[in-house]
Parts: sequence; C-alpha cells; structure tokens
Amino acid sequence: MSSPPTLAIETSGLRKLFGQTAAVDGVDLQVPPGVVYSVLGPNGAGKSTLIRMLATLLRPDGGKATVFGHDVVRESDAVRRRISVTGQYASVDDALSGLENLVLMGRLQGYTWPRARERAAELMDAFGLTHAAGRLVSTYSGGMRRRLDIAASIVVSPDLLFLDEPTTGLDPRSRNQVWDIVRALLAGGTTILLTTQYLDEADELADRIAVVDQGKVIAEGTTDELKASVGQVALHVRLRDPGQRDKAEELLTQELGAPVHLEGDPAELSARVEDNSRVLQALGALTRASIEPAEFSVTRPSLDEVFLTLTGHKADDQSAGEAGEENAA
Amino acid sequence: MTSSIEGVDDRVMAILVTHERPPKASPMSATITHLWRGIMAFKHFPAQLIDIILLPAIFLLLFTYLFGGAFAGSPHQYLQFFLPGIAVQSVILMTVYTGTAINTDINKGVFDRFRTLPFWQPAAIAGNLVGDVLRYLIALTMTIGMGLALGFRPGGGILGVLAAVAVLIVFAFSVSWIFAAIGVVASVPERVSGTSMIVIYPLLFMSNIFVRPETMPSWMQVLVKVNPLSHAATASRTLMHGTAGFWDVMWALITSALITVVFAPLAVRLYRNKNTR
Repeated sequence: MSSPPTLAIETSGLRKLFGQTAAVDGVDLQVPPGVVYSVLGPNGAGKSTLIRMLATLLRPDGGKATVFGHDVVRESDAVRRRISVTGQYASVDDALSGLENLVLMGRLQGYTWPRARERAAELMDAFGLTHAAGRLVSTYSGGMRRRLDIAASIVVSPDLLFLDEPTTGLDPRSRNQVWDIVRALLAGGTTILLTTQYLDEADELADRIAVVDQGKVIAEGTTDELKASVGQVALHVRLRDPGQRDKAEELLTQELGAPVHLEGDPAELSARVEDNSRVLQALGALTRASIEPAEFSVTRPSLDEVFLTLTGHKADDQSAGEAGEENAA
Repeated sequence: MTSSIEGVDDRVMAILVTHERPPKASPMSATITHLWRGIMAFKHFPAQLIDIILLPAIFLLLFTYLFGGAFAGSPHQYLQFFLPGIAVQSVILMTVYTGTAINTDINKGVFDRFRTLPFWQPAAIAGNLVGDVLRYLIALTMTIGMGLALGFRPGGGILGVLAAVAVLIVFAFSVSWIFAAIGVVASVPERVSGTSMIVIYPLLFMSNIFVRPETMPSWMQVLVKVNPLSHAATASRTLMHGTAGFWDVMWALITSALITVVFAPLAVRLYRNKNTR
C-alpha cells in the first residue's frame, strides 16, 4: 500500500539482521512532516540501526523505507539531498578546526568557497562558537562539540534531521541548549527524528513517540496517548507520622484494590489505580482512621512508568537486552 | 521554559529560513574539497612531516654505506646505481601510509556523515590520494637532494631527474589505490601496515632496486623482471642517467595504468559498500 508521499518517513516491515539477531525486526512507522518524532528505547533496542537504514548508511534486509517518498535504497541520492544526520557515529572531523568543519560541509553540498566560508561563520556565530572557530575540534567540550555537530548538519538546512541520542553524556545546561536548538529547527520547518533513551527528553520535545524494544515498535502515539494507554493514575501519599505507614498500606490496599508500594522515604506510599473514583474513597478512609496525609498527589504516569509497563524493564537498564529475551522465552 | 543560549533561537531561525539549495557539487569540486581537508589536517599536525623526511633519509644512508663497498666497490659507485632505486622505495613506503590514513579516516564518525551527503562519493578517497602526491614529492625531493649531496651525479641532468620524478609519482599514485583498497577493508590501521609490509618488503628486495639481477639464479631473475617495482626502478634509473629507451619508460607506465584500472574501481566499490551490510 502506498500512501501520500507527503510523509517525511514511512517504513513497512523494515528489518535488519546481524547474523542470527534481528536488530530491527519488522518496524512500521509513519512520520508526518513538521514534527519532532521520537524513537525511544534502551541501549541495544535497535534505534541506531533504524536511523542508519533511514539515512542510507545501512542496507535493509527486508521491508521498505521511504523518505519524502524516495526509497532509501534505490533513490539514496534523492534521500541524501533532503536529510542530515547527527549522532554518535555521524560526527565532525577532530583533525580540523570547528570553522573548517563547517566550510567542508558547505563545499561538499555545493556551495562556492566564499559562500561556504560565509555560511560557516554565520553558523558558528548562531551557535555561540565564534570564540572557538579556529581551534581544533578535539579541544572542544562535549557541549560545544554537540552544537558543532548540529551546526554541521544544517549547513544546508535539511527537510529531515536525524538526531541520534543528541544529549547523551551532556550536562544539564548543554542539554537545554541542544533542546532549544531542536525547537528552533522545528520552528524553521525541519522535521526531526530524535532517538533517545531519556524519557524526559522525549516527553519534553516530541510530538509523537515510538517506543522500541528488541527491534520492534511496542507502542506508538502522542505522549498523552502513551500515558493514557497505560490506563492508570498514580497516587502518591506522604504521611505526617511515618509510624502509621503500615496501617495506611493496609487501608489503601483494601480501598484501592491495587498493590501499594512503600517508597524509600519512610513516610511515603504510592499506588497505581485503575479507577479515579476509588482514590477519593481511599483518602476518605485514611482520614476516618485518623491517618493524616501531609500531602498527596494524583498524577498520570510518567513515561518512565509507561516504559516499565510496556517492556517489563526500566528504560536505563543496561542489561535490558537479556531481560527482554527472558521475557520472550 | 528552560534556560537558553541568549538569542540562539532567533538567530538559528534567521539562518534556517533562507532554505538555500546549492547545486550538487561536481566530482572535481568534491575531490578538491577533500584534498583541501587533507592539507588543513596536515597544517594542524606538521609532525607528520618528520616521517616523510626521515624515513627516506635513513634508508638512503644505511644502504649506501652498508652495501656500497661490497656491491659496487665503493659507496660512491654504488650510489650512482642505487639512488634511482631507493627513490622507488621512498614513494612506495609512503603509499602504505595512504592505506593507513584512509583506514584511520573512514573509522572516524565524519566519514559516516560524508556518506549521507549527496556528492560523488569516490571523491573522499580520490582527494586523499591526490593529497598524498604532495607527500611523494616531499619524499622524492628529500631522497634525491640527499643523494646529490652525497655525490650522486645523474647523467640525464635536471630534465632526466624531473622526468623520473614524474614517472615515479604516476607509479606511486597507482600503487596507492592498492593500499587504499586494503585501507578500506581492514578493521584497524595496524592491520593495514601489517598486511602491507608483508607484501611490500619481499617485492622491494625481489627487484632490481638494490642489486643487478644478473648474479641471481635464473628463476629469481624471472620474478625480478615481472615485479612492477623493477619496472619503476628501471624507468627511474634510465631516465636519471639519460639512457632511457622507449620500453624502459613504457613498462612503468603500462604497469601503473593496469594497477589503477584494477584497483581504483575496487577501492571505490569496497568503500561504497563498507558497513552497509
């Protein structure tokens, strides 16, 4: 089935095998233009493999992928004219200065020498790197390097930008700078495919999210849809008197009809609840038993919790791959 | 709202809205850009120059004074025969570096970025190889300059020496495609130099670079005669001494053409398919 070629990315049954292992195992994606689309998953989930195929770096073993209607294998040159890649692998040249890197990118994309130099200087300025323009990239800090990486990706502004884990290893300030740049690019009309293993990053930036685990998309939708799909609200209660926690646990379990977790703080409890109305009953029951909550909150689950529910393991679990295999067996 | 770099949004925006689409870079322009990249990198790390200068000098001094007396009666006598030959070795050892450099390069992240750009992809390799011609020139200048200082007297004069240099550069450029291909497939740079030296050293010694083949057993003479390095050394020697016949030079050029025709497409093909599976 072909759909309108206006989609920024469309894949169907996309597969990539490394030996016996399917790194990407039948992925179907539809990414509309003009959004930040996030592919969320733990290390080894197949995110980078997916991007490498979409960016024409890796040949799929099965299925089909198009970028703005162009097949990534048969029309790789047409795809390359619309995309840019920034990531763990598509990087900048350590042996050159920051400015020279951008001039290089401009020249390879068809700018004349004077225009490439001009464009490089503009971008260095816009990304706050002018003071380090003549320095070797190997002397740059992590945050500066990441900004240069992104600048190198937009020397010719792409219609689709792949950002592969753009904030991994960055301090919070640098991470915020990268987020700002992503928002500005989006406002400028660039579609962005962002992979991340940080749930807050997807929550902060993405219009839509695909959750990937073991090479498969296990959930897809807006952040709200994903949170709603877990179908629960989370109740957090903090007691005035930690001594009453056992009693409170008993009461809440009974009233909520759901397991209650004892938090690290000896005065705190939490539970996931299917039915909102039981929360009020439960709080009422606590009050009647003279157990006073110092504070309580009813929140929708975080993406962290969504992820845990969907995959059975935590997003930052380094041994996620093995854990997943056990689940599958 | 999170904190931000002052004004970054506005300025990034202003730059993005231009939406320029420059025409695709021509193969020539892309190759020149990659050549420029190599020269800039060289400018930042001039220490590489030490290898290019010292290696030919060491071998020249070593062999001239080690073998000269035994092979030709005196180092001075031997130098007249040996210098055009060691010039071949000087550039051939540089071609191995070409493979190492390409391997180091393509294992860098920036090469993956290159492969997502819509330019003529072989330029990434061709630019490297053209840049290496500069290294060959430096190595040859060093070798011949030192030879002249030690008493080498070329009968072919300046023109003969320049013609020999030209042939040697053509030859080295063609051989560098072999090591470019090895550089593309090897997993790490150390493997490139390891593999290359196993090939290079037997070929260097099994040639007419160091000694005349007449004293060798006949089967060895056959091997020496078909060795491409012998063709290069013969051309270099006869041109420098002004005794070159048509075929002395032609064999070197034909060999160069054959090597290029086989290995240039191979290296490019290997590069295009590198890591795509």
